[in-house]
Amino acid sequence: MIEQSPKLIHAFGALAELGQEVANKNNFQETIRTSLHLLSGALGIMRGGVARYSRYAREMNMLAVRGLGDEFPLSLSVCVEDERQFLANGLNVIDARAARVLPFFQVYATSFERRRVELFVPLVIRDEIVGGLFLGEKATGEEYSSYEKEIICAMGRHIGVAISQRNLLAEIERHSEENRKLFDDLRRTYADTVKAFATAIDCKDKYTEGHSVRVGKYTELIATELEWSPEQVEGAATAGYLHDVGKLTVERKIINAPYRINAKESAELNKHPTVGYEILQAIHHPFTDVPLAAKYHHERLDGRGYPDGLYDREIPYIAKIVNLADSFDAMTTDRPYKARRPAIDVVDDLRRNAGKQFAPELVIAFMRGILRELKSETKDRRFRRLLGREYMEAEGLMPAISSALNELEPTSTLTYIAVNQAQ
Amino acid sequence: MTENTSFDPDPAVGTPSAQSAIVIAGDYLNKLTGEKIERECRDKLNAGAREIVVDFSETEIINSIGISILLGVIDDAQNAGAKVVFSDLKPESAELFDMLGLTKHVTIQ
Repeated sequence: MIEQSPKLIHAFGALAELGQEVANKNNFQETIRTSLHLLSGALGIMRGGVARYSRYAREMNMLAVRGLGDEFPLSLSVCVEDERQFLANGLNVIDARAARVLPFFQVYATSFERRRVELFVPLVIRDEIVGGLFLGEKATGEEYSSYEKEIICAMGRHIGVAISQRNLLAEIERHSEENRKLFDDLRRTYADTVKAFATAIDCKDKYTEGHSVRVGKYTELIATELEWSPEQVEGAATAGYLHDVGKLTVERKIINAPYRINAKESAELNKHPTVGYEILQAIHHPFTDVPLAAKYHHERLDGRGYPDGLYDREIPYIAKIVNLADSFDAMTTDRPYKARRPAIDVVDDLRRNAGKQFAPELVIAFMRGILRELKSETKDRRFRRLLGREYMEAEGLMPAISSALNELEPTSTLTYIAVNQAQ
Repeated sequence: MTENTSFDPDPAVGTPSAQSAIVIAGDYLNKLTGEKIERECRDKLNAGAREIVVDFSETEIINSIGISILLGVIDDAQNAGAKVVFSDLKPESAELFDMLGLTKHVTIQ
């Protein structure tokens, strides 16, 4: 044993390097190639190969070879009996000549003899064959000793773990891809359902046909202008589409009244944000703010909104966006008791009410979006599609928006009211 | 025909002999330098070299990967009917090669 010490020290050095190589998460092919080098170099093995086992195809597919020549098969089939025996053998060295009873060593006997493959090690990790080592003769020409076989098994375990990890990673990637596709399908279904709901809400109100859908689109435009992420924009649009869901419980005659409704009817109508919140809260949305947008989309920065009369910072941001989109659509579409207002009037209204009803930074973002489209700085024609070409090309609209943008400050003077009141 | 090959930026010049190619192993024979040497040896054998001389005069460290590379060089040379010569070996390297059986396949100079 004392005579063997330098050999052992050399082999342990290789084993340590192999452990590091496997842990380093380098390129998998490169790791396997290096592993074969380290194993060959540790014991002075003239030739060899590392294969990965495919249990579906029952094949040992070579990942790295050294000195096995072009004629050595790169894919070796394994029958059920071989597989059973390899599993029973575990990660232990099999002498290729002594194992001729197994079909695997009979079928490939010529290849093994030609390239003097003496040992085969099935890489069995956690009761699963993940690969195999094919090892040729030692440079000394001597037989492999028992301690050398132990070292081979120890190094084989490292290589087996590397292959197993790689298989696991591939499996996770495959599942992840499947999950992504499923998630995309679910998202599409959710988006379609939301739009169907919006259409259903709008059907109830014959005078404001398409209102929810338009508010969804305006909300989406504002969120896009705010440079939100695609997921956030989608969430904002959903909040817009569903903001009036509470109207489903309001009597049709109140919603469709061709006159200004009375106080009692108004009180009934004004319940729709809270009802909407209760409906939406019961649903598990991928976007958490959707029920809040329904509840607070009639709140105003100055506290004169409903249902809770919240002030600026008390109002959820998404509700402020939906409020702006909702009001904009109300002003720019014909109502039973009121014709749509000219575009310049609407711009003026938004400017005057920024900081009172609307969050100024949102008004700025919204107007900037319209202006960019008017100046053809964007290929999108979304405002034109929603408002009509003629409406968008109203004389003086562009200067009016530019002037409003110059005048508006992004922060509301009311921003800190709630805080001051609380103090 | 003499071919001198080196991967050292300032290569030493080996002893020339007919159909002999000299390869200088460098100070640390590892995967990076080793694979270059292996490739170069293969090229020289394909070009008709009948003797590969590996010069270890500058070599301080040889790891297991280096051993594996040298085994590859020996295997390639044997398949091509060429011989391999290891020259200027340090005693510790000679001991390592002897222990792992490389010296059975090469001429030590």
